[in-house]
Amino acid sequence: MTMTGFRFDMKTYKKHPLSFLFMLLVWIAAALTAAVFLAVVGYVLIKGIPQLKPSLFAWNYTTDNVSMMPAIITTVEMVAISLLIAGPLGIFCSVYLTEYAKRGNKIVKAVRLTAETLQGIPSIVYGLFGMLCFVTSLKWGYSLLAGCFTVSIMILPLIMRSTEEALKSVPDSYREGSYGLGAGKLRTVFRIVIPSAGNGILAGIILAIGRIIGETAALMYTAGTVAQLPENVFMSGRTLSIHMYQLSREGLHTDDAAATAVILLITVFALNGLAEYIAKKLDKNKL
Amino acid sequence: MPENKISVNGLDLYYSEFHALKNVNIDIAPNEITAFIGPSGCGKSTLLKSLNRMNDLVEGCRITGAVTLDGVDIYKDMEITYLRKNVGMVFQKPNPFPMSIYDNIAYGPRTHGIRRKSDLDDIVEESLKKASIWNEVSDRLKRSALGLSGGQQQRLCIARALAVKPEVILMDEPTSALDPISTMKIEELCCEIKDSYTIVIVTHNMQQATRISDKTAFFLHGEIVEFDETEKLFSTPSDKRTEDYITGRFG
Ligand SMILES: Nc1ncnc2c1ncn2[C@@H]1O[C@H](COP(=O)(O)OP(=O)(O)OP(=O)(O)O)[C@@H](O)[C@H]1O
Ligand SMILES: [Mg+2]
Repeated sequence: MTMTGFRFDMKTYKKHPLSFLFMLLVWIAAALTAAVFLAVVGYVLIKGIPQLKPSLFAWNYTTDNVSMMPAIITTVEMVAISLLIAGPLGIFCSVYLTEYAKRGNKIVKAVRLTAETLQGIPSIVYGLFGMLCFVTSLKWGYSLLAGCFTVSIMILPLIMRSTEEALKSVPDSYREGSYGLGAGKLRTVFRIVIPSAGNGILAGIILAIGRIIGETAALMYTAGTVAQLPENVFMSGRTLSIHMYQLSREGLHTDDAAATAVILLITVFALNGLAEYIAKKLDKNKL
Repeated sequence: MPENKISVNGLDLYYSEFHALKNVNIDIAPNEITAFIGPSGCGKSTLLKSLNRMNDLVEGCRITGAVTLDGVDIYKDMEITYLRKNVGMVFQKPNPFPMSIYDNIAYGPRTHGIRRKSDLDDIVEESLKKASIWNEVSDRLKRSALGLSGGQQQRLCIARALAVKPEVILMDEPTSALDPISTMKIEELCCEIKDSYTIVIVTHNMQQATRISDKTAFFLHGEIVEFDETEKLFSTPSDKRTEDYITGRFG
């Protein structure tokens, strides 16, 4: 702010004391938010970084080393399988909704409404559903697969939402250009529309990955909490978040839980950075 | 070969309830430039889009009457891909695809089954040359088309339309978003290529119509008021409304 601007501001505030008060409130709110945020991150880092030691990354989990390596690998597997299920399903569903379905179609409205509702449901509800459906009814037991299917359902609305937004932001002039050259619907959608929306779709997928990594409630009752690396998808395994939850719950390994938190934090930070970077690129492409 | 490239007979077009074109009849001769002029909202773009069925994309659009290309009814007896391959379109706002210059031009030919690299290379070069933009882009074919200037983008779009070897090219105010020099380039380009194509151009710029077109149609409220040789229409219009419009006494 320039000096003149500031002086002008002070004058205005003298005339309108209420707006000065309001500015103060806004400032305090902003400062508090920043402080809380910094405190959390700082606390995790200060507590956790000194606890990082090689034995935490040993291949095999034992009750002595409480290694998080199996959990890291399980997390990666969980993310990969869930995206394999929810990614194509969500993307193609949105492609249908935005490109193929007629506007005002009843089914479209129903699907949209469901997706929006599903997005707001607490994840423990998904966990319960997953347990009743995959674990019990389908008799998969506590297993990686049951967990994957459960989080897939959970991230489906998120992927659909971001894909739809991305597809809608593709200018109609691209579609017209393609049709005008004699291309059909399929070619237009797959060669022009989806590639143009690619960045936005990717950003949505990255958010979904973050959601999976951070999930505990929905996985506890579906993937279970076994600390060893599952040998196949029908065995139970724990992701990093659950690993951390278990460590702190048992009360004996709070230090190791702190170390796990650092790794989790770093992963989530990196992913959000990636999502933001991609979103920015998307804007640049739109011009 | 029939005398007319395109004939429109008794065409009525409705957008839902709105009667946008009223009993339009017009014959477009081959290897000429035909201009559509008229005030905003009178249906010029609508008629232009009817000529390659771009109106099919508009929900609630209904058409009665006939449009023929070389004597064949385009709404009844012609594949839509065949029609659009033969009747290309250039839009008001340049709309290059967000891909490389090369891929933009090759998109059309690839759509119609041309896959050989050497064939595509030839088509790309030939089309860009015809659209007189080859010199400006030949060294950066692999770069994004979105990096070109507005005028270059529009000529790229013309090249893209030419690449599928159409017989007719429809242009909807192709220069309205461009500077005078780019406009001039595109006008010259139209005159250069008209020997091998039939061009229909919508324009708000009456000087442009007089400069480049052979025939001009004047539209008002969804009807063609007058259609004649450009020279005749601008010098001695037979309808009072045409005269009012071209002398700027309209409304
Ligand atoms: N998709 C549409 N749905 C409903 N009405 C439309 C649609 N497109 C055009 N119209 C209406 O049809 C009429 C003719 O539109 P058109 O775009 O053909 O006009 P134009 O002569 O090209 O005008 P301009 O010079 O402004 O481009 C206008 O009144 C317009 O509001
Ligand atoms: Mg128009």
